[in-house]
Amino acid sequence: MPISHEFEYHKAKSIDEAVKLLSENPENSKIIAGGTDLTVHIKEDVIAPDVLIDIKAIPEFKEISFSNNVLSIGANVTFSEIEDNKIIENNFRVLWEAASTVASVGVRNRATLTGNICSAVPSLDSAPALFLYDAEVYVKNSDNERVISINDWFTGPKRTSLKKDEIVTKITLKFPKEKTASCYKKLGRYKGEDLAQVGMGVLVSENKEYKVAVCAVGPVPKRATKTEEFLKGKEINDANIKEAQEILATEISPITDIRASKEYRTHIAKVMLEKGLKESSDLLSGKEVKSEPIL
Amino acid sequence: MKKISINLNGETRYVHVEPNDVLLDVLRDKLGIKSPKSGCERGDCGACAVLLNGKSVRSCLVLAVEVDGQEITTIEGLSKDGLTPLQESFIEHNAFQCGFCAPGVTISATELLNKNPHPSREEIKEAIAGNLCRCTGYESIIEAIEKVAKK
Repeated sequence: MPISHEFEYHKAKSIDEAVKLLSENPENSKIIAGGTDLTVHIKEDVIAPDVLIDIKAIPEFKEISFSNNVLSIGANVTFSEIEDNKIIENNFRVLWEAASTVASVGVRNRATLTGNICSAVPSLDSAPALFLYDAEVYVKNSDNERVISINDWFTGPKRTSLKKDEIVTKITLKFPKEKTASCYKKLGRYKGEDLAQVGMGVLVSENKEYKVAVCAVGPVPKRATKTEEFLKGKEINDANIKEAQEILATEISPITDIRASKEYRTHIAKVMLEKGLKESSDLLSGKEVKSEPIL
Repeated sequence: MKKISINLNGETRYVHVEPNDVLLDVLRDKLGIKSPKSGCERGDCGACAVLLNGKSVRSCLVLAVEVDGQEITTIEGLSKDGLTPLQESFIEHNAFQCGFCAPGVTISATELLNKNPHPSREEIKEAIAGNLCRCTGYESIIEAIEKVAKK
């Protein structure tokens, strides 16, 4: 299917070149990495940029590094590269599990983590992991560099705090100080390449602190802070789980759409909370855990 | 117009493209490579899959200018010296009926077997999850791949 409008294309060789190109026409330029969302939008005339700036030839953007308990993921690291990375598989389990559920292999070979948070659809699989590991997004324009906490990143459906003249250079995640265990739960209509109807990351730490982050159950992905606050210091038992489920239901706001109704999404979020808390707690206490599918 | 070079199925090919030319269209209409098919045109169905530097990608979501200087393999390249064991197995299992999804499934399964020569049934299913087949219901496709994986 041909693309109906014309645009310029530049392949930037360095970060400086990319931000300079962007500064020349920030309103009508788009950064392209994997292009798995952007190209669809261009083809379907959702957007019509005058300029595309390809960042795939910038060497730093391909880097994954882990030092001083901080994981750094360059702007052009794909989901397949995250899936294949042993450091991430062993230390940032929720990110690894979420990465392997994004779309299909052929999309993951191209789609990037950074692109995922820039597209910022409410169902994005990577978000819960980024909340659990206190991610920070490094962005740059031609004058400045700034760091945005993941808590301040998502401002609405498909909206972020990235300005039009800025590009993301990398995303960092912090390895938890205490001993923790975690898991990602996702429900699609079928296993394979579907979008999440509900996605949830749960992280349990040794000192009984809990982190719960959700996607696809509100306009933006977020931490379920009231649920976390209630669970703090408590044992994972049936009574506490039940109460936590009711609190969770008050702080999510799912919609009804083609994939699921809001009632169903709320119910499934509760089921996920129970399974996620139990699975993570068992993992933490060294029990053999077979990850259970949601349905 | 920009002149790009692609190592296409082991041969260097030059082609003039506009920035808005999609790789799938360039392969089919300008380079005569007809195995990748135009299906959903939005990355969901897998009919347009090709190997880009050894990894499967959706050629309907790639701009031709993006792959300047890179390596692309299609079914035409895989079977240059005769059918591969995987393709033989697909025939043996009567895995395809209309055949529209066959090139995409073959690309995905080839990538899987290159990376992991003995995948489990689950791993096979995950590898072809992004390839939609509306005829045979996947079972015979999975069995055909399994047979090669067990060799």
